[in-house]
Amino acid sequence: MNFGFSISPSSHIMMDDVSRKRFDALKKTEPDIAICMSCGSCTATCTAGANAEVSLRRMILMLQRGKDDEALAMASRCLLCGKCYLVCPRGINTRHVLLSISKCLGHDEDI
Amino acid sequence: MIIEGKQKIWADYQKEIPDDHYFYVRSCIRQSFFPASEVVFLDITRNKLGKDFFENPYHTTCGGIAYHSDAIPQETAMTIIARQFALMHESGYENYVCSCITSFGCYTETLETWREFPELEAKIRQFLWDSCRKELVKPKYLAHASDIIYKFRNEIAAKAMFRLVEAKTGRPLRVVEHIGCHYAKMFPSKGVGGAEYPYVLAGMIEAWGGEVIDYPERRQCCGFGFRQYFVQANRGYSLSNTYKKFESMEPYKPDFIITNCPGCPYFLDRWQYVVAEQTGKTYGENGFGIPVLTYEEVAGLVFGYNPWDLGLQLHQVAVEPLLDKMGIPYDPAMKYKGVNGKELGTPAAPQNIRFK
Repeated sequence: MNFGFSISPSSHIMMDDVSRKRFDALKKTEPDIAICMSCGSCTATCTAGANAEVSLRRMILMLQRGKDDEALAMASRCLLCGKCYLVCPRGINTRHVLLSISKCLGHDEDI
Repeated sequence: MIIEGKQKIWADYQKEIPDDHYFYVRSCIRQSFFPASEVVFLDITRNKLGKDFFENPYHTTCGGIAYHSDAIPQETAMTIIARQFALMHESGYENYVCSCITSFGCYTETLETWREFPELEAKIRQFLWDSCRKELVKPKYLAHASDIIYKFRNEIAAKAMFRLVEAKTGRPLRVVEHIGCHYAKMFPSKGVGGAEYPYVLAGMIEAWGGEVIDYPERRQCCGFGFRQYFVQANRGYSLSNTYKKFESMEPYKPDFIITNCPGCPYFLDRWQYVVAEQTGKTYGENGFGIPVLTYEEVAGLVFGYNPWDLGLQLHQVAVEPLLDKMGIPYDPAMKYKGVNGKELGTPAAPQNIRFK
């Protein structure tokens, strides 16, 4: 039957089934990630974000939800310009966080 | 979980609900979606609990549908609301109770806006006088009808004929409670338990013997949203929201869903049919859906009303599996008969979701 509209795949996440191993490893390297309040200032000022799908706020959310691969793919588009570091109201070294994401998530053996 | 922390937050969101003498206003759409709910609410509160509920035949819509659809500006909606308050005062009441969650949200928003911007209240007061020659008097208490049932949930439990338990085994029924977004998400202090720990429906479930299911997308919107639904091409947003909720609650095998909003029960009920038609998936047992009931309908079942007098035959998802579980007797031959035995007609059976 054609209803004229359709269902999008569910974005529901079952946290009990999510492995947070990599996120926990990242937190050891970057404890500041826990004080992010998801204000989105980093995303708003992102140079690469104007042309590509890059958002540190979303990356942290993805990592919390076990979507490591998506977060890693997004991190690979970062230009490391550091503008997000300048605007972060919590003073998080976001540039270093992005490097740590690539480091911690890119190599399982390092965890 | 830190219990002390939860108790502190809970204490911040206690709501004062008046004991008696209420001015009741109906919903625009609930009477067509769930035609017996408001009648049953008034019967329970007036005749079973002995409370004074007054209805003024001149009350109108709150304007919420037009307001949220951008068809009228806020000042117009506020003037409509001011007229409702004036009718309450003229009728000699000061406790305002509305049946609709959208209305509750509009009333709360209006009162809070007037508190923040008194000059706007003065402007609306003048609008009301110019258009209707009525004097604005604000209610002393504003409550949603589910607050009233919540307040008297233990009195209802004491008079209950049936409880929310499986009659054969004594197992508490697993119940999903779904609270309309406009109940407490906009103004958390105006709802029982606030936005994060709303207790208005959970309290009813616990008092009547059921078990509340906590699932990941418990606080997710049902997906109704006026803008999502009114335009056909946007209905996929609404449907996908509902789908996400059902995918989330499915592993917990709920026996039924209780709601306190006009749109939520309608869409959680009807979209199960659309999901089944589009994906072939059903969420209840044996090919049925999960029954979705309003809190008045649940209170009616607990009190022992005839399920067909509660209008349960007008739900998309068949309610018989729930009635069987609770041990509530019903006559299948009377399902589609009106009050005088008049044949109401039988709906066409869907392909992928069991209907009977």
